[in-house]
Amino acid sequence: MPKVTYVSANGDTKEIEVPAGMTVMAAALKNGIDGIVAECGGVCMCSTCHVFVDEKFFDRLPAAQDTEEAVLEIAAEERQPTSRLSCQIKVTDELDGLIVRLPLRQR
Amino acid sequence: MPAGTVIVGTGQAGFQAAASLRAEGYGAPITLVGEELHIPYQRPPLSKGFQLGQQDFESIVLRPENFYRDHGIRLITGTKVKAIHRAARRVELTSGARLPYEKLVLAVGARNRMLPVKGADLDGVVYLRSFDEAANLKARLIKAQQIVVVGGGFIGLEVASVARTLGKSVTVLEALPRLMSRAVAPIVSDFCQELHTSKGVKVLCGACVSEIVGSEGKARGVVLSDGSSYPADLVIVGIGVIPNVELALDAGLNVGNGIAVTEYLETSDADIFAIGDCAEHPCIFAGARIRLESVQNAADQAQCVAATIAGRRGRYQALPWFWTDQFDIKLQMAGISQGHDRMVTRGNPESRKLSVIYFRGERLIAIDSINRPLDHMIGRKLMASGAKITPEQAADENVDWRTLDPGASGHAGRQGTH
Repeated sequence: MPKVTYVSANGDTKEIEVPAGMTVMAAALKNGIDGIVAECGGVCMCSTCHVFVDEKFFDRLPAAQDTEEAVLEIAAEERQPTSRLSCQIKVTDELDGLIVRLPLRQR
Repeated sequence: MPAGTVIVGTGQAGFQAAASLRAEGYGAPITLVGEELHIPYQRPPLSKGFQLGQQDFESIVLRPENFYRDHGIRLITGTKVKAIHRAARRVELTSGARLPYEKLVLAVGARNRMLPVKGADLDGVVYLRSFDEAANLKARLIKAQQIVVVGGGFIGLEVASVARTLGKSVTVLEALPRLMSRAVAPIVSDFCQELHTSKGVKVLCGACVSEIVGSEGKARGVVLSDGSSYPADLVIVGIGVIPNVELALDAGLNVGNGIAVTEYLETSDADIFAIGDCAEHPCIFAGARIRLESVQNAADQAQCVAATIAGRRGRYQALPWFWTDQFDIKLQMAGISQGHDRMVTRGNPESRKLSVIYFRGERLIAIDSINRPLDHMIGRKLMASGAKITPEQAADENVDWRTLDPGASGHAGRQGTH
């Protein structure tokens, strides 16, 4: 099963096995990662599942849709070049080892 | 041990109040109690992905069961609160048990408005709010062939769109002259009516239901006040909700169109708060006391109350936003358009990309966007910060709203502390 590492704003890391097909957001909620709020439930209406994707993996993700790009504009912590919404990142075997950093605040 | 906070209602608002209290560092006991048999879940997917089989219960829970244990939140499901004893600061459950509180949060939601006509009690007349109702609807949708949806609001239209996507014959009956008329401008109503019609949904506005007819206890059709009738083996009613104010009323709290609260979301008893669908609150964006039924309102009011209880008292000043998915269209709304005196558009219906921007005087008060997510999101930013934007700038597609002066005079972002 692919592994995803979540790095909290204060540097704590947690590695989680995520079934392929599950989103990085859903896996975070399921495993008690508090830095992901996911207020809208994964439909690109809020920015509370914002993550910074490790540079090694960023280019391997499918490009963000317009709806996601728009939401990143309102992220509580300003977007960076590797910002994504974790609800839009589906974990695959190819993404095994994915590292995402969580912003200090989501709201 | 201190009595802590009791939260009544396990919907989005109740859940978020509990979660936000812990996130705010609140250390006293938290009890989350409600009638629902299930652990807290999201409602929006119930009329969308859940009906299409894209989501199941596990994928719509707000948090897994262990979240509550891990965060020291005592979750009591399937239990109704019978009374609030304000002098003793206790709530009484129907089981007879009593829970003491220092602070009480009423997140008691709303219930479906029942169709007040003959035959509405027939088998095959269904409503949608809870997970159990959604599961019932899903099972019936598979078997049904001819579906009549009573009510052309968000729920009715979302359900019509999934039923049609499942290949059913679908008729929508709306009593008012146009769809979603309480929430959006005529141009948006017309767009959605054309969308549904183009997908094969029959839409009738100004259609007043007078009776549900049936045989052997089962619904067979819907009759309108003009005598016309529409055969149906499933009638789905989505004609709005009624806020659950009875508990507050019995406790002697002020009640209007919902449990009345101040800008701090306090009821007429300062130790009792009301949030979410049940709360009638002063809205700085509407310039009026309103009640909103939305995830945004539930979550932001919960966050505001949690901060207050945790010692960071703050006014509620979050910008309202909402969305609906119908067929392949996402309609996003921000602000409150009621009371607008000017309206401009950006994009056009023909391109299926359209924003309607509402002004009251010189102030931008709301934006409805169809497939223009950037307008919606930047619009939220502009309204929350009180930015200046003219109707001309709003309508001009060559003006990138991100380049406008964000302003600072108006309202603090999502909510401020004062």
